[in-house]
Amino acid sequence: MTRPRITILHDVVAFTDAHAVERPIPALERLWNRGWLRKIVIITTMALIWQGYTSYLDNDLLFPTFAATIQALIDNIRSGVLPMRAWASIKVLLGGYALGVALATILSVAAITTRLGNDILETLTSMLNPLPAIALLPLALLWFGLGSGSLIFVLVHSVLWVVALNMHAGFLGVSPTQRMVGRNYGLRGFRYVAAILIPAAFPSILTGLKVGWAFAWRTLIAAELVFGVASGAGGLGWFIVENKNQLEIPNVFAGLLTVILIGLAVENLVFRQIERRTVRRWGMQA
Amino acid sequence: MAENTTDAPLLDVRGVTLQYRTSERIVTATHRVSFQVFPSDRFVLLGPSGCGKSSLLKAVAGYMEPVEGEFHLRGRRIHEPGPDRMMVFQEFDQLLPWKTVTENVLFPLLATRRLARKPARERALHYIHKVGLAQFADAYPHTLSGGMKQRVAIARGMAMEPEILLMDEPFAALDALTRRTMQDELLRLWDDTKFTVLFVTHSINEAIRVGNRILLLSPHPGQVRAEMDSLPRDGADAEAQSRLESRIHDLLFA
Repeated sequence: MTRPRITILHDVVAFTDAHAVERPIPALERLWNRGWLRKIVIITTMALIWQGYTSYLDNDLLFPTFAATIQALIDNIRSGVLPMRAWASIKVLLGGYALGVALATILSVAAITTRLGNDILETLTSMLNPLPAIALLPLALLWFGLGSGSLIFVLVHSVLWVVALNMHAGFLGVSPTQRMVGRNYGLRGFRYVAAILIPAAFPSILTGLKVGWAFAWRTLIAAELVFGVASGAGGLGWFIVENKNQLEIPNVFAGLLTVILIGLAVENLVFRQIERRTVRRWGMQA
Repeated sequence: MAENTTDAPLLDVRGVTLQYRTSERIVTATHRVSFQVFPSDRFVLLGPSGCGKSSLLKAVAGYMEPVEGEFHLRGRRIHEPGPDRMMVFQEFDQLLPWKTVTENVLFPLLATRRLARKPARERALHYIHKVGLAQFADAYPHTLSGGMKQRVAIARGMAMEPEILLMDEPFAALDALTRRTMQDELLRLWDDTKFTVLFVTHSINEAIRVGNRILLLSPHPGQVRAEMDSLPRDGADAEAQSRLESRIHDLLFA
C-alpha cells in the first residue's frame, strides 16, 4: 500500500506591517461612507439652489427665500405658536395611532388564531384599505362633529388596515420551527402570541408601524387643512391654512417645513432607534 | 441492552399509524409502528427519507395525532406538546433570534415555571458551560456558527431535564467535521447525565456512533424492518463497524 504524499510548507509569508492583515481606510473616504454626511450635503445643496432661485425671483408672496422661511420658522418657534400647533397635531395623532395599532393587533391575532378571524381580516382589509382616509372625513364630521373625534376616526382608518396587513403577514411568515419551539414549551393562547409570534414577526410589524405612522401623519395634516379648529386649538394643517389666508407665505413654508421635520425626526430618531435595538441587534434585518 | 430492560419502558409506542391529509389525498407516513424506549437509552430511528421517522418524532413530541395506536410516556398518553419532551430540531432557526444564548436556554425554564429566576439562571449557565459555550453566553444566535447554534439547542433541551430528549436530525445541516465533533460531544454529555434520547437520522454511520439501540424503518409507508443493538462504544473495531453498516444497508435497501 502506498502512503499518501504530504509536503509541508514552512516558508509561509510572515504578515508584518508591510503586508498588514488589516489596513485602515483613508479618513476622507471613511467620512464619505457615512450616510448622514452625504445626506447633509444633498440638503445643503438643495437649500442653496432654493435660496439662489428665490433671490432671483424676488417675490415673497409666491415663493419666499430659504432665509425668510428659516426666519419665519425661528420666529414662530420663539413665539410658541408652532410648538403649540405641532403639539396639538401630535397629541391627536398619538391617540389615533395608538387606537389604530391596538385594533390592528386584535384583528391580526384573531386572524392568526381562528379561520373566521382570518376571513374577517381579509375581507375588511381588501374592502377598506383602498379607501383613502380623507374620503371618510365628511362622514366623520357628520358622526363626530368638528373636533378631535373626527380626526381620530380618520386616523384609525388610515393606520388600522396597513398595520393589520403587515402584522398578519408577519405572523404567517413565522418559521414553523419557531412555532413548534413555542408549543414545545407548552405556550398557548395569549402567552404564545406575546412570547413567540410577536417578536418573531417583529420585522414585519415594525414595517407596518412605520408605514402606518407615515399614513397617519399625512392624513392628519390633510384633515386639518379641510377643517382645522378643534376646540380653539388647531394643529399644523390649520396653521398652514390660516397663514395662507393672511398671505403670510413664509409662515406657510415654515409650517410645511415643520411637517417635514417632524416626519423625519420620527422616522430617523424613533423608528431607527427601535430598529437598531431590536431587529438589527437580533440579526433579523441587515 | 440488558441493564435497561429491567425497568418499565419510558416511552411506549404501540401500533402507531400516522397520516398526512392534503386537499387531494391522504398520505400514510407510518404503518403500525411499535417500539419501546427505556430510561437512558440512546434510541435511534434510522431509515431513508420517506420512512416517516421525522413524523414519528413529531408525533412523540405531540405535534401530530396518530390515526391508529398510542404513545405513552411513563404510562401517560401523549396528546399534545409539552416540556417533558424537549425537542432539538435540525433547523438552525430553532433558537429564538431575539434572545441571547443564555436567554434562549433560560426561557423554557421560566415559561414553564419550572424554576425561579435565580436557580433557573444557574442551571442555564451550567448547561451552556457544559456544551462549551460559556464565552458566548451573551451572544445573539445570528452571531454563532451552525454547530454552536445546535449546541445551544442541546443545552436548552438538557437544561429542562426532560423525561426524554427528542432530536430530529440535529447534525444533518452541519459540515462533516463539525458533525463528527458534535456526535462525540453528545456522547460525552450522555456519559455525564445518562439522559434518555430519541434520535432521528438517515445516516447509518451516525446511528451506529450515537445510538445504543437502533430501529430500522423501511419507506412508503414507514414500517419497522428491524430492531437492533448498536456496537459497544469502545472496542468496536473498524471491521465490525463496517460489517454492521453493510448489514443495515442490506436490510434497508434489499
